[in-house]
Amino acid sequence: MNSQEKEPMFSAKNLKLLTSPLDRNNPITIQVLGICSALAVTVKLKPALVMALSVTIVIAISNLVIAILRNYIPERIRIIVQLVVIATLVILVDQILKAYAFDVSKQLSVFVGLIITNCIIMGRLEAFAMANKPWPSLLDGLGNGAGYGIILIIVAFFRELLGSGTVYGYPVIEKTGLYSIGYENNGMMILPPMALIVVGLIIWFQRSRNRELIEK
Amino acid sequence: MENYMNIFIKSIFVDNMVFAFFLGMCSYLAVSKTVKTSVGLGIAVIFVLLITVPVNFLIENYILKKGALAWLGEGFSDVDLSFLTFMVFIAVIAAMVQLVEMIIEKFSPALYNSLGIFLPLIAVNCAILGASLFMQEREYANIGEATVFGIGSGVGWFLAIVGIAAIREKMTYSNVPAPLRGLGITFILTGLMAIAFMGFMGITL
Repeated sequence: MNSQEKEPMFSAKNLKLLTSPLDRNNPITIQVLGICSALAVTVKLKPALVMALSVTIVIAISNLVIAILRNYIPERIRIIVQLVVIATLVILVDQILKAYAFDVSKQLSVFVGLIITNCIIMGRLEAFAMANKPWPSLLDGLGNGAGYGIILIIVAFFRELLGSGTVYGYPVIEKTGLYSIGYENNGMMILPPMALIVVGLIIWFQRSRNRELIEK
Repeated sequence: MENYMNIFIKSIFVDNMVFAFFLGMCSYLAVSKTVKTSVGLGIAVIFVLLITVPVNFLIENYILKKGALAWLGEGFSDVDLSFLTFMVFIAVIAAMVQLVEMIIEKFSPALYNSLGIFLPLIAVNCAILGASLFMQEREYANIGEATVFGIGSGVGWFLAIVGIAAIREKMTYSNVPAPLRGLGITFILTGLMAIAFMGFMGITL
């Protein structure tokens, strides 16, 4: 036990917690968690970015809190305890968004509330925070939040660029003058089904790059 | 009556939980390998929605909403508890799921075993909480409308999961490119099904 406490804060093992969810242990494409709220907010980059940030904050802090409390939580009621911690954090995030970013909070509508039932958070609490110390749990939370965020941002980038011809509200296509030679926005990209297909393509790309991830 | 029919059809086809809002995707992807289990889970979801949406409707309108406590007396008429919405809704849902779990365990142990971990996970199925939050956002006029909306959403989710399970059973005989196998192709199939469901858009009765 003692030798573990002397471990440096950013040892190789801890760094791996932070980086592995970005690629080979990605919460969305590999662990298949948290897809519910991920896809509906990806029409534009801005709400996707806000959503990614909110989820990262909630997952990191709830991981930390549960890791601190883990020895005091009775086994049988742990789900309720976890839900209460998550719900409290989500209420805070929701109130802050309503106060400082009202238009984005309107765009996200029910999906802020749905962070509570985002399986990534419950999944990480069950799989990691209940069995590990606070510091690694915090890193694990940050890593998984970032892994979730990166997929959201990739999907939102393509959907916004191809669907409305902008990137973060900046009219890229218009500036490059593609419209004058007959280019048109693909209205399909704005519709919900394309989010699923873009994620499918990301999975295809990732797994053909990294063959060991292929399902039997 | 027409109004109820309209809400029912709309919540099944136009505002389908899976295809229009991506709710309940986690269990949708994980349990849709065989038709039999997905039918079981689908029925459990319909049942939980049937109970939780009206219950949450009552709680929302008689306890949480601004001014909802007026029936307690003058002094309560400007109490606003709406910041507690998330917490109360999720508590109601968790309790209801526990109830359904006990009922299924008692009457159908085979189904209970095949659903495994996903039964308790209905509590964190976003379709359930999502339906309650949509119910709140769309401000249905009375408990009848809320109930019909709950059943409709459940039936929509049931259709989606049974449909994809049937396709995936057939898919085992097709030759899918290796990196797409499993998760990837399921995503793309869901996307195609969602495009088909978009044909219902704009329908009102």
